[in-house]
Amino acid sequence: MYLATSLLDILLLADWNTRVVVIGTSMLGVAAGVVGAFLVLRKRALLGDTVSHAMLPGVVGAFLVMQAFGGGGKSFAGLLLGAAIAGVLAAWAIPVLRRATGLKDDAIMGVVLGGGFGLGIAMLGVAQAMPGGNQAGLESFIYGRTASMVQDDAIGIGVTAVVTLLIAVLLAKEFRLLCFDESFGRALGRKEGVLDLGLMVLAVTVTVVGLQAVGLILVIALLIIPGAAARFWTDEFVRMVSLAGVIGAVACWLGASISAMAPDLPAGSIIVLTLSSLFGLSMLVGTRRGAVKRIIQSRKLRRRTGWQHLMRAAAESLESQGTDTWTIEQLSPLRSWSTSRLRALHRSAIRRGDIISCEDGYALTESGRTAADRVVRNHRLWELFLIRHADIAASHVDRDADMVEHVLGDELVAELETILAGSDVALVSPHALGGQA
Amino acid sequence: MTLDYDGWIILIGVLVAACCAIPGSWLVVRGMGMMGDAISHAVLPGIAIGFLVSGTRSGGWMFLGAAISGVLAAVMTQIVHRWGRVDRGAAMGLVFTAFFSLGLLLIVQTADTVDLDPNCVLYGAIELAPLDTISLAGLDVPRIVMPLAIVLLANVGLTLLLFKELLATAFDPGLATAQGFDARWLHYGLMVLTAATCVACFEAVGSIITVALLVAPPAAALMLTRRMRWVIVLATALGGLAAVLGHFSALTVPGWILGGGLDTSSAGMMAVASLVIFLFMATFAPGRGVLARRWVSRRDAMRVAVEDALGLLFRLEERAVMLDRVEVEGLLQSDVRIGGRLGTVLTQIRRGSLAEVDNGAWKLTESGRTAARSLVRAHRLWETYLAGRASIPSSHLHAAAERLEHVTDPTLAEQLRTEVGDASDDPHGRPIPPG
Repeated sequence: MYLATSLLDILLLADWNTRVVVIGTSMLGVAAGVVGAFLVLRKRALLGDTVSHAMLPGVVGAFLVMQAFGGGGKSFAGLLLGAAIAGVLAAWAIPVLRRATGLKDDAIMGVVLGGGFGLGIAMLGVAQAMPGGNQAGLESFIYGRTASMVQDDAIGIGVTAVVTLLIAVLLAKEFRLLCFDESFGRALGRKEGVLDLGLMVLAVTVTVVGLQAVGLILVIALLIIPGAAARFWTDEFVRMVSLAGVIGAVACWLGASISAMAPDLPAGSIIVLTLSSLFGLSMLVGTRRGAVKRIIQSRKLRRRTGWQHLMRAAAESLESQGTDTWTIEQLSPLRSWSTSRLRALHRSAIRRGDIISCEDGYALTESGRTAADRVVRNHRLWELFLIRHADIAASHVDRDADMVEHVLGDELVAELETILAGSDVALVSPHALGGQA
Repeated sequence: MTLDYDGWIILIGVLVAACCAIPGSWLVVRGMGMMGDAISHAVLPGIAIGFLVSGTRSGGWMFLGAAISGVLAAVMTQIVHRWGRVDRGAAMGLVFTAFFSLGLLLIVQTADTVDLDPNCVLYGAIELAPLDTISLAGLDVPRIVMPLAIVLLANVGLTLLLFKELLATAFDPGLATAQGFDARWLHYGLMVLTAATCVACFEAVGSIITVALLVAPPAAALMLTRRMRWVIVLATALGGLAAVLGHFSALTVPGWILGGGLDTSSAGMMAVASLVIFLFMATFAPGRGVLARRWVSRRDAMRVAVEDALGLLFRLEERAVMLDRVEVEGLLQSDVRIGGRLGTVLTQIRRGSLAEVDNGAWKLTESGRTAARSLVRAHRLWETYLAGRASIPSSHLHAAAERLEHVTDPTLAEQLRTEVGDASDDPHGRPIPPG
């Protein structure tokens, strides 16, 4: 009960300092989501990861420099400036090294990431060994430090995030071209290099302010997960980018709130785990590409295909035998389906009212007759089209038509009829009926 | 044999580097360098759980946990990539950050009861490793040497055993599968090997520096050779070199820069050393290094410039245009491919006695004239051929022939001669010189 009320207090921002921190972090979430969505669409996700790891020497270097000039090394803006410089340097080094060595991107990124981080660790070792150096707090860049954030930090984060967001929104149209039609963009005179650099600078900015919230190892999650998750809900660019912003904000809000509840819940981890859960949820139930949706779609297609197979097999069997009824045994050699599957198909067709069971086996109802005729007709139209216009032999056309007929829409059927107009529209099968032998 | 403190650190560093170089080489040639990064982060929850279960850093639990979480991360990356149709890099990034946060959370949550420091996971504690010893055959050996040696043996053994299969699946997975090696199993096998390597190494150098040692030495080796077995051998050697250099520079470099006998993290400096070795190879490697390639392209540019200069002299002589030395050098200067190189070009021409200054004018020598004639012959043959066969408009012939003439050897010129039949003049009406 206590837990519930305290969570409620935090979510509703009862405590002043928590309120500021949570709002600041949420703004960061919006900016990271939006910028990250571009990064994901541009397939630059791991570049962001490399850049964020390589920021460590920048942070520690700035600390050492400030220490040397007697600044005490604690100026936050100074440390962030160092991080930004190192980040831009790393982002610049990757294409340069790739061109110079001819190695693949992943190797170059691994070298820059590992080498840069190692340099940072070595410099951290120096900072720790320096007499009188107070390096406490540098490590918070690695893990994030939401818990110890104060009002000023949060305001700084919030303002930077809003500015980044505004720039990203202003450049959205250019970035869309960059992500989807680079060459068209070039033809319009957009400088792809400049835009890529701009995107990188935005990403570095978000990363730098994100360091404080989630630390440099996990900040990449803040950039890529919202965009990747949003993709499951929509195919529309503006909606996807906005949704990514919302997902980022929600995850940061929840994460920062939950981590404020107890001292040993590191905010970075909680935020990332919240993001991952949102991603998992989106992957499962996303309305556009989610797993559930796709499973339902494929089941629906499977059911319709099965029904069409049954109707055609029944109609063709009746046509070749000249009877009014058929049995399961007659249909089973026509197609490679198991008897149990065939029985199930019959049961569901009975439920639909297309066939009825009688003592000689099964018979088509009136509506079933119409439906079966249409299925057979579509199949033969397509067969005829393939024979006339795609030069496929009559003996092979059954298989090919079989694969396509299930997705023929009404318009396409009408078009086929126009193309084949004047030919034998009574449509006799161009090949012998009775199985796929 | 006993080693002193620094000796043990170097031995451990070399073992780590050798362990990493083998799976690292395979990862890099497969274009999966960043998978090393992802796995080294993703083993964290496995390490934490293994540690919680067994309560010690030795023993198989941590390896088991790490191998499971490493492979799980690889599988989940594949699922997110395939099923969710998310870009591979993004899939990797989102899976490994989720695993890493889970691991971090577990470690922080249990920090009171277990002695596993998140800092140690990230940067390792190679400085402390020699102090934590076990007795092995009567010798005091650092505990960490054992798992490293076992993983190294496993890496070497499996590479020797499966070299052909790994090679085939790395470069032509379709063919390999058709020949009956299952590319998928080898893929996940490599992931297990990488995960085990990450666990053995993280305690010494931390999970992120492991990435540097996985990727940088093989990348440096690829600058030197493209034979896979040599890539692995060289990567191991360069990794070992990085470990040695790293430890010594950790002891000395901060002191040089800041004075006062400072030292720093050996693990960090090992990563820096591997980066420096990579940059050195990228710059100086024979054949593929930046300098070597620049030298080759300069040499080619010089050859083209000298040939252009000879061609110009030949054409002037052919048309009996008498120009003095300054006028000729002005003309040469205006050729884009000679331009600023004029001085060097003239020196090379004079040194090769291809042409000489006679009576204040440039004259071709006999050997210079022969060389120039075959060049002009190639040029005009190409123009004739292109005009006839490739229907290139005559206004564009010159530029194409200008490029091709420099790569035409006598055999090719002879072939062109046959192709263009009995034409004696080029499309501009200039005679094609005899061979």
